[in-house]
This record gives sequence, structure tokens and C-alpha cells, in this order.
Amino acid sequence: MPKRTDIKKILIIGSGPIIIGQGCEFDYSGTQACKVLRQEGYEVVLVNSNPATIMTDPEMASRTYIEPLTVEFLEKIIDKERPDACLPTLGGQTGLNLAVKAHKKGIFKKYGVELIGAKYEAIERAENREQFKNTMQKIGLDLPRSAFAYSVEEAVEVADKIAYPVIVRPSYTLGGSGSGICTNRKELEETARTGIDFSMIHEVLIEESVIGWKEYELEVMRDCRDNFIVICSIENLDPMGVHTGDSITVAPAQTLTDKEYQRMRDAARKVISAIGVETGGSNIQFAVNPKDGRMVVIEMNPRVSRSSALASKATGFPIAKFAAKLAVGYTLDEISNDITRVTPASFEPSIDYCVVKIPRFAFEKFEGVDPRLTTQMKSVGEAMSIGRTFKEALQKGLRSLETKRFGLGGDGRDKLGGVMLRTRDAYEDFFRKARGDEEWKKELKRRLSVPMDERIFFIKYAMKSAWTDEEIHRASHIDPWFLAQIRQIVDMETELLGAHGSPARQKALLKKAKQYGFSDRQLAFYWDSTESKVRTLRKSCGVEAVFKVVDTCAAEFRAYTPYFYSTYEDEDETVPSDKPKIMILGGGPNRIGQGIEFDYCCVHAAFALKELGFETIMVNSNPETVSTDYDTSDKLYFEPLTLEDVLNICDREKPIGVIVQLGGQTPLNLVKGLVANGIPILGTSPESIDDAEDRDRFAKLLAKIGLKQAENGIARTFEEAFEIAEKIGYPLVIRPSYVLGGRAMEIVTDKTGLKKYMTHAVEASDEHPVLIDKFLDEATEVDVDLIGDGKTYVVGAVMEHIEEAGIHSGDSASVIPPYSLSPALVEEIKLKTKQLAAGLKIKGLMNVQYAIKDQTVYCLEVNPRASRTVPFVSKSIGVPLAKLAAKVMSGKTLDELGFVTERVAPKVTVKESVFPFVKFPGVDIILSPEMKSTGEVMGIDEDFPRAFYKSQEAAYAHLPAKGMIFISVKHSDKQKVVPIAKRYHELGYVIIATRGTAEVLMKNEIPCTIVLKLKEGQPNITDFIRHQEIKLIINTPSGKGPLADESTIRSMAVSFDIPCITTLKAAHAATLAIEAMRKHPATVECIQEHLKNDGGSRSQD
Amino acid sequence: MKAWLALEDGLVFEGEGFGAEGETFGEVVFNTSLYGYQEILTDPSYKGQLVAMTYPHIGNYGINPEDEESFHPWVEGFIVRELSPVVSNYRSRESLGDYLKRHGKTGIEGIDTRRLVKHLRDFGAKKGVLSTVDGDPVSLVRKAAESPSIVGVDLVREVTCQKPYTYRETLPPGFEWGEAKTKNKVRRIVAIDGGIKFNILRKLHQHGFDVTVVPASMSAGDILQYRPDGLFLSNGPGDPSAVTYLVETVRKLIGKLPIFGICLGHQMLGLALGGTTSKLKFGHRGGNQPVKDLLTGRIEITSQNHGFVVDIGSLPKNEVEMTHVNLNDQTLEGLRHRKLPLFSVQYHPENSPGPHDSDYLFSRFYDLIEKNG
Repeated sequence: MPKRTDIKKILIIGSGPIIIGQGCEFDYSGTQACKVLRQEGYEVVLVNSNPATIMTDPEMASRTYIEPLTVEFLEKIIDKERPDACLPTLGGQTGLNLAVKAHKKGIFKKYGVELIGAKYEAIERAENREQFKNTMQKIGLDLPRSAFAYSVEEAVEVADKIAYPVIVRPSYTLGGSGSGICTNRKELEETARTGIDFSMIHEVLIEESVIGWKEYELEVMRDCRDNFIVICSIENLDPMGVHTGDSITVAPAQTLTDKEYQRMRDAARKVISAIGVETGGSNIQFAVNPKDGRMVVIEMNPRVSRSSALASKATGFPIAKFAAKLAVGYTLDEISNDITRVTPASFEPSIDYCVVKIPRFAFEKFEGVDPRLTTQMKSVGEAMSIGRTFKEALQKGLRSLETKRFGLGGDGRDKLGGVMLRTRDAYEDFFRKARGDEEWKKELKRRLSVPMDERIFFIKYAMKSAWTDEEIHRASHIDPWFLAQIRQIVDMETELLGAHGSPARQKALLKKAKQYGFSDRQLAFYWDSTESKVRTLRKSCGVEAVFKVVDTCAAEFRAYTPYFYSTYEDEDETVPSDKPKIMILGGGPNRIGQGIEFDYCCVHAAFALKELGFETIMVNSNPETVSTDYDTSDKLYFEPLTLEDVLNICDREKPIGVIVQLGGQTPLNLVKGLVANGIPILGTSPESIDDAEDRDRFAKLLAKIGLKQAENGIARTFEEAFEIAEKIGYPLVIRPSYVLGGRAMEIVTDKTGLKKYMTHAVEASDEHPVLIDKFLDEATEVDVDLIGDGKTYVVGAVMEHIEEAGIHSGDSASVIPPYSLSPALVEEIKLKTKQLAAGLKIKGLMNVQYAIKDQTVYCLEVNPRASRTVPFVSKSIGVPLAKLAAKVMSGKTLDELGFVTERVAPKVTVKESVFPFVKFPGVDIILSPEMKSTGEVMGIDEDFPRAFYKSQEAAYAHLPAKGMIFISVKHSDKQKVVPIAKRYHELGYVIIATRGTAEVLMKNEIPCTIVLKLKEGQPNITDFIRHQEIKLIINTPSGKGPLADESTIRSMAVSFDIPCITTLKAAHAATLAIEAMRKHPATVECIQEHLKNDGGSRSQD
Repeated sequence: MKAWLALEDGLVFEGEGFGAEGETFGEVVFNTSLYGYQEILTDPSYKGQLVAMTYPHIGNYGINPEDEESFHPWVEGFIVRELSPVVSNYRSRESLGDYLKRHGKTGIEGIDTRRLVKHLRDFGAKKGVLSTVDGDPVSLVRKAAESPSIVGVDLVREVTCQKPYTYRETLPPGFEWGEAKTKNKVRRIVAIDGGIKFNILRKLHQHGFDVTVVPASMSAGDILQYRPDGLFLSNGPGDPSAVTYLVETVRKLIGKLPIFGICLGHQMLGLALGGTTSKLKFGHRGGNQPVKDLLTGRIEITSQNHGFVVDIGSLPKNEVEMTHVNLNDQTLEGLRHRKLPLFSVQYHPENSPGPHDSDYLFSRFYDLIEKNG
């Protein structure tokens, strides 16, 4: 069937900010959809609140709304645009939920908008547990025994019937929020309570536990003529009980016979038909009892998902793109496979390699977090790797994670018994001694049976401690096949260790070791050698990486898309061209502090350099990204971003240069190694990078241009740290050098704090010293992004933070243009930034952070690379800075590019951060120098209050129009909160406060009611929160630690979805926003219009 | 144990041997199925071939009694990237290595199978030798080149049954699939065994047929002696044009009985209807081949295993209609006669291994018999 001509304008809903459970995979899927629908001649209207996305680039859609993803705003957009259809299946759970809400409010009906991709009824059947269950039973599929509950009492009743252990799954949530495994009544009560709260419809499913069963997923597609294909099968290494997003997963499925696999395929076909997804992709999860093969359906997502992004990258089959085409009426056989060109999309990919996905966690950033892996997703990102065997893919995957591991241990980074086993002797010694140790045995048992983020290493440790596969299987339920593969790695390691001192044996083992995925680093560890020596030895023996093609068809047809992975085999399939090539190093797996923003920059570089006629080579390991889409760059290498792997590609491709400043800290960390191997670095020189990152050299530069710095010092030992502290006085900001996202950055107010810090900071970064700065109390923080070509330097934008200095820049809200600084001060900041850039001869992008205290400007830090704010700034001023930067790095001047004067942002924009606290119950939500946010949103409007209002709506922190607010501030804020509280009172809010704050307010004639603290009796503040009587909380932290009342209040606020403002500045900004909204309800405008009306200088591009 | 694989055109691989020791010859082909190696090994259509699996991890789930497609493996040799060190499946009774050894079949692992596959794709299927005894590349290549080709050779006589038998087994419990409509009446048919797979017989049984399997050499007259309601033509190995006696038998039965052919059976019908067959460059072997049913417009993902095809243009257009086409390369996948009760497909609706998309063909055969009975 050809495409539909009865629809012309299609609204696509994006997925909003990056959160746990919803990473950049939906930028990838949404971008593909926008591109393909526009190619098909449709007018595409896009709504997404996340500016750090390729999909929200003005060129991607016809009309792009960077507006909050709420029903209210969606209706305004629909009213304005009057689309014919809405495609809600590419924006993750957020997009789907929003569509459901809008449908229920009758909005689509009111404006005559048709839902395409999945109809409302189909969404309901898949998402509503009861309906899903009924549907599955109707088609004769087996499910775990289960029943619904709407209250804790009911839940207990059901669980008694089913028998423990049971799983609690709330209906309509995201990434499995609020679900959990309960082995007894007490746990059930707790989990059911949270689950019911989390559920949009206050419903939980109590289910028979299938923990320990084998877990599978099928990625499937169906078209309007009932043609059905399976794109990919996935088997989880971590059996049932761990959320699939937190599991190590493998494609294709490894331990199913064809009969079992086809039975699963048949079931998947029945599921998608019965649910009624007529045009698009779905993902269906199954559990299989390893003892008898009994198969049950777990769940189904009637949309493109994280797993479909993985499946697309794992097979080369672009699911999202084809899902969009199916949604407008095409059938699978009418779509051609881009990779082979000659065959249609109506086939099932076959692969001749093994793919492993490994999740990346960020527990170290959240004090008091429960690191056990459950059915609630906790990971913040993932790396994917491809190898010819599982062993190779697993070890590549582990080094792709960038957790300083270089494979499955044996890399000098195994920390056991509290000691880092840096040498082979220490390593061998440890296991020799540990063998008979009862404590160690217990520890192994615990780490194998309780899933946590490093379980995969403990499998190996257990093997090295003489455990049998059978024993490990009993403890972990991990399939014997995976254990046997890991056993082969361990046996190989033993051989490698034994080859120490014997060059002949080393040479003999090299090829097999590389085929097993061992890195040169690991080999160097086993042989007391260095990475570079191993590399030289390897090359002298002719053991070099070859690159194979990902082609969807296991080589049955010739592939035209250059999508490669490395392995150690006979034949290399790359065909380097004569064109000048530029390599772009990506950012690797998402983590807090390094996410989609950097992928955005890398993608822009690929587009820009293509425009200039270079051949672009992308290297990245993150399957969620647009950068790893095979048509983003000319060549894609899906590889770990380690020196060894990058050098292997350089050997083959011989690029004229490598771009290292767009992928965050990951590529910057490789600069020294690349330079040492003679690889040219494009853009700002490695010396300048060092100038900016080396404290002493940087201080000299600042002194030269007369820029102040907070008093500071560098400590390499405990003693040095105390000396410096004495000299400059508390409070202090401390952090390790060379880190991103404020990892382990803290403010300490006294010696005890310093002592405590020094104990774990050394662990955070052992190769680098600790930096100590005087903390500038209550200073305003400012971020500046700049672009330079070595001669001309242009400020992108000056951003003023709403939260004061001391809160990580990635966690603060920030505003373009500054809203409280004097023009003179802003000019000074710009001037100093340009001088800094000139001092560093910046070629490309630079980001500087300042603190302003008493009208004095202090420089906090300089990053000689693209910053997290580049997409936000680019969208605010309408200039694609990352594109320009890539062109500058390739040799163009800003003059040639027509960007020599600063561009004034036509509107006010506010970036707000979004946090994962809801996934970490009990963790305090206060902001600190340690970055905790996972994503961001942007509010754009005529003035600051409106833009701020939108940013809060977009961040799902709805500012109430009326009602009760709770104020409780730390002692030093008691006076300062008075004028703010007064405004809230004048705006008609009812104020309640704890005694201390209330007394101050009443003394200042602000009416308020005293509410009891937790220990003062009942009803206390927690009851008000629990019953959601409070609509807004203003609570500034006193820093008393996680056991204090205030911390309980804040984490409860998160659980009950009550916005909680933790700084006075933000509380003040909120009053402005509320006032503005009262005068004039919010309006919507697309960015194409926003940017059209500006009067600033126009740059090319 | 070292092992070597050599192709007639000079490509030689050195790897590790598994299964039995020895030296074995055949046409080197590849299969892109991710699952189902046991069914592939025991499919008689692989007689005369050294089969390479494109998926690197093979042997993971071992061997079990239910997944046999005939009484023993037929491949001449098995080529994999990596043999699993263990088996992991509740149905497994034996490891792949032990199984091959027990049946005297030789395997090789640890070679760059993707390189081999690309070579076969670009230069076509090749004669080859798999050896655990001769490590001399020159000698191996010479042996491969001198080995007999499968073109023009009748391999059917090596795999067909010696005497007629009936087969009334059902699909294994727990793995029943496909919906056989309630049949009014069990239909008696004769299946000519060109190398028939068990699953074809199971599917026929499920769809209401009582099947007598007969040797490929049985004459048309003898077949008619059974007074069957219909005739089934099975899959089988090798070059269809070399099985002249079977083509002759089929020609005599056309019009006399409703006929359904699969794979070699399809080629027999094509030849009997006056068409020609030719050899594909490297064949279709896998479980992901898209086929369009031209009568309904529906697409089936099919299981295939053939190196020869019936040439579309060779069939009399006024008599024979193309019903199925391969969407990858537009080759003929199915035909029917415009007037006479017969149809056939080149692919395997019984799957095993492969997707279950084409079950309707068995119903179609039943209906054809009903209509012409």
C-alpha cells in the first residue's frame, strides 16, 4: 500500500528530558522519524522540551516547539498547528503517556487529530495490566499468576493467594518505577504503598515471581497488511529479577533451540496482533523456566523503545525510521533495506557476530542509595559492543563503559578486600590467599546472589577462587552457557599469567587472547609490561585488529553502509578512500555529567564536515545515540573509546586529524596517548588543553590577564590538604583534578569534613591530586560558551545561574541573557572570556565558569572543549555552535564562516535540570557541587518569568496556582526568606511552616500556621505531604546530613510528586513566574518563528 | 585436533577439528539461520554439502531427540566459527561434537567463517574438502578441485527410503503450532521421498493426511496402486535435472492426482511441466528469506535450503502461473497450474528450522484434494 495522502501534517511527540529509563534513544528514533516523514513530503510538527537533541534542531522538523510536554501545552500547540495526525510511539513512555492523557481529555477528538502508529485502544491494551492480562489469556498465552490491587490491604490478600516471593508492578509508570520484589508481607506493604502512589491510575499488579528464569526480548514490527517480522532477539545474562535496562543483555538469544525460538516468535506475533499495533514496532518480553522450558509473557511496549534502539544498532536495521514509514501506510516490502540496497525491509536480519550491552550506573553520586538491582531501573546509560564471539564482545563492552576497566578484570583495577590489586603479583597473591577464606566465600556468595552493578566481575573472582560453574549458577541463576564463556576467559587469563617472562609463549597466545577480547592493558598487566610495549609486540607478530561490517544479512548480500566493528580474524573489510578524513570521537555511554549534549555536538561535527567535503569517521560505543546512526557520518566504527581501540582505527583509516573536544571528557582523556602515537589533534592544541587543566599553568594565565581566582591550592597528601585549608580558611570546595560532572566535588566547612573527604577523594582519582578552593559563599554563578579560531573569539552566550555558586553548573537552572547582572559586569565577563580564549589560542569551543561575589568576577574553571550547554546556547541564539566549531577545527576561520560578532538571543531562555531522585527512594535531593541531574529542559518566552515558568512545567515541577505551601529554611536564610514568603502570601497562598521559620514569618506579619516536625507528634509535616495537601515546598538545606527531618521531607516530596524548591533564589524566581502567569496565560511558539524575528547579526548555516 | 578446509579455487583455512576424524568432500555452502543447527544437520537436502553456519556460536543448546529431521545427519561436514564448550538446554541429551563423532561426521571450528561466506557469495558455491588428516594446502586444493561436482549428479537415490513406510507422528508436545482446521475426513496421500524431512510428515499428519512414504524410484503405476487422494513431492538434495526418473514419474501423474511439491518436489514439477532449472550462484539457505504470496499479497518469512531454481521464463505461461516470488532476488518461489490441481513452493512451509509463516500451504493442499476428490 502506498503512503497515505489523506494526512498532510503530522505531530510528533518527543520524550523530553533524559531521565533514568529514557535516555537519548528517543532522540535517535525521533530524529529518524522527522527525517523520513519530511522526505515523504509531510509537514512535521515536533514538540519536545529537551533542547539537547538533534530532533529539536530547526532543520529537522517544519515547526519545532521546545515547550513543556504537558497536556495543557500540547493542546495549545494542536490548536495552533491543527495537525491531521499525531505519532506518539517514538517519544518513549513520556510521549505515549502524554498521548493517552490528551486522548482521555478529548483533545484529539476536539481538533480532529488521528493517532497513528498505535491507536489509543492498542496503547491501553498494552499498558493497562488488567487489559493486557485478559488479552494474553484470550490468545492462549501463559503469564505469571497475578492479580491487581488498589490498596495495600488488597495487595496483601492477593500475595497470600499467589505465595511469596511476589513482584509488585504499578500500572502506567516509567522504567518500572515503583516496582519491586517482595519476599515477605512487610516488604510487600512497603512496596505496594509506593507502587500505588507511583501509578498514574493507582493500581498495582501483584505477580508470581519468576525470578531466576531466563529472560528474553523480541523486537518486532508489523505493517498494515499484517506482515510481521522479528528484528532481533535478545537474551539477558542477568536472569529475571533485574530490570532489563540494568541487565547485561546479549543479541541474538544464545540458548534457545529453533523450536523454542519459533514458539516465542509465534507468541510475539499473536501478542502484537491482539494488542492491535498495526503499524510500527513493539518490544515483547518473555521469561522461560530453564528447568522445563515453560514460557510466559512478561510485558509489551507498543512503541519504539530503548531495546529497539539497541536492536537497530545491533543489526543495522533502522527500526524507528521504518516504524515512521509504516505509520503513514507503507508496507514492509515497499521499503528497501538501506544496507543492501537490493533487498526489501520485509525480512529478518541475520547477524554473524555477538552483541553485548552493559548498563552504566552512577550510585557513587547518591549517598545512601540502595545499589541492589531490582525490577526498577537504576542505570543511567549503557555501552554496546560487537565481537565475533560473546567473549570478545563482553570484554570490549566492559572497556567501553569507561569505568576505568579494560576488560573482565586483570587490568590492575580489581579492588578486592579494600585494596586495589595493581600488580600481577598482588592479584595472584590475593586469589591464592582467598581460596580457603570463609569470609571471602561469604562475600562471593552475597555478590553472586544479590545482583549489583559489578556482579559480572564476581563471577570471574568466584572462578578464580575455585568455584564450579554449577555453584555459581546456583547462587546467581545465570545460564551455564554464559558461565562457560566466562570460564574460557578465566582459563585464558591463567594461561596468559603463566606466559609471564616467556616471550615465545606470549607470542603464541596473542591472537587467541585478542580473539577473547583481552585488551593490551590486560596483557601488559599479566606480563608486567606496558600497553605500548604489548602493542608493539602484537604488531610485530602481525596480530592486528581487522574490521568487519554490520550488514543485517550475515554477508549474504553486499553491504553499502560502512558500519564497522573490530575483531581479530583473517579478513579486513574496510576500504579506506583517498578523501581527507576527519575522525570524531564520541562521548561513550551516558552518565551523569556526560550525556546527550555531547552526542549532539559530535553529530553536528559530522554534518558540518560532510558539508565541507571531508570524509567523516565517527567512533562511539553508545547505542542510544544519533551519532551511531549509520547515516550520520560517512563511516561508523562502533568501538570502545580507549586508546588501543582508537589507535587501531587510526592505523587503518589514517585521518588527517581527530576531533577530541566535542565528546566530553572521554576523548580529552585520550589526547596524551594519541599525541604520543603521532595522531594529529584538531582544534585547540594539546598544550593549550594542558594549560587549562594544569592548575599552576592556569593560575599563571589568569594572573596575566588580571582575572581573579578563589584562593586555592593543590594537595597530594593529607598533610598538604590540611596546610592549605589552614592557610585559606573554610568553607572550601574540594575536588579531584580531571573529572567531569563534579565527581566527588564537595564543600567542606571544617576539618572533620576535610578529613572525611580526603579518605574517599583519593579513591575517586588516584592518579591526580586534589584541588582545594576557597568556597565563595552566596556568589552568583555564570557560565560562558565561546567559539574561537585561534585569532577571532566570539562569545556564544553568557548564562546566569539561578542557584548560587556551589551547586554544580550542570544542576542549576540557567538563564540567557543574565537577568540580575549589570550590563557592565556582563561586558567585563565577555571581555575576560575572550582574553582567556586568546591566551589559550582556542580553536573550537571553550566554556568558562565564573562566580560573582560583591561585583567581583572570579574564574572558577575553564574547559577547553564543548560544554554541556552548547545545545542550549545554540538553540537560544539560533547559531549551531558545534557545527561552526567543527568547521573551524578543519581550518576555516570564523570570518569565512560569517560568525564574527556575538548574536543576541531573540528571546529569554531558561535551562532547567531534571533529577533521578524518584528512582532512588530515600536519597536526599539537595543540590551540591556533585552533579546529580540526568537531563535538561528549556523554557523559551518573551521574558524571564514566563520562560522560567515554562522551564518548571517542562521539568514536571508544576508551580501551583493556589493552595498550601510549606516553608522551612536553614537558620542563615530565616531573614532572607521573609520578602519571598511575603510575596507568596500576597499571591494568596496559605503558608505553613515549622516553628523556627514560622516565628520569623509571624514576627514580620506574614500569616502562617505552625506545623509539627517529625518527632514533635502528629499530625506532622509528613502527613501533609502524604495527603498531598501541600502543593509546593520551599526548603533550604542546613546540611545536617541524611538522617535529619528535612532530608526525609525532601525525599517524601519526590515520592509524592510535590515540587520542592531548595534555594531561595529559585523560590523567588517562582514568585515572578506565578505573577506573570496570572497576568497572561502561557502561549506557545515554534523556534523557527522565535529565530526569524531576531534583530541580531545573522551567521551563515 | 587440527583441521583444514580447502576450496577448489585455492582458499584454505586452518582451524580446530571436532566430531570425527577424517577427510570429506562436498559443495561448500552457508546457512544464515541463527538457530536450528540440528535440523540443518539432519536435513537430507544437505547431502553432498559442507555446510558453514554464519552465526559464530554453534552447539550452545546441544542435541535432543525431538529436533532430528531424519534418522541421522546428512551434511558431509560442518563448519563453524566456535563450538560451544558446554550445552545449555533442558532438552539437550548430547553435545554437538559427540553427536557428530558418533555419526562419523567431521567438523571444523575457529576459522574466519565470514571471510568464507563472503567468498562464496562473491564467487559462488565451491567444491571443497574438510580434512583432519591432510595439512598440506596444495594437496588439499588439488583434492577439492578433483572431487566430483554435485551438478548433474543424482543425490536423491542416496537419501531416499528403501521401501515404503507410513509415518503418523505428531509435532512434539509443547511445540505444536499452526492451526489445522477440523477435517471431515482423513485424506490418504503418497509422499515421494526425495529426502523428506520428518517435520513435513508431521505437518501433513496434523493437517489431516494419512501419509505413505515411498522411494523416489517408485513408478507412477505403483503409486497409483495405492489409490491415493493426492500426491506429495518432497524436498531433496542436489541437482534436480539429474533426477530424470522422478521427473518422468511426476509427469505421468500430473492431472491424475492433486499434487503438492516442496523444494526438490517443486523443481520436479517445474521440470515435468516443461520448465528448466538452473543453479543459483550460492543458493538460498536460511530462515529469513522474504517471499510474497502473489495471490494474497501477504509476505512470509520463509525457511529455505536450495541451490537450484526453476527458471521463471521457462514455464508455459498459458498453463503455469507464478504464485510466489522471492523478494530478495525475484526468483520463483511458488507455482500452480492454471487448470490442473497442482501447486508447489521452493521453500519449506514445514520450517524446522525457521518461521511458521507458511502453514496455510498444507491447508491449501487439503482443500485442493477436497475440491478435486
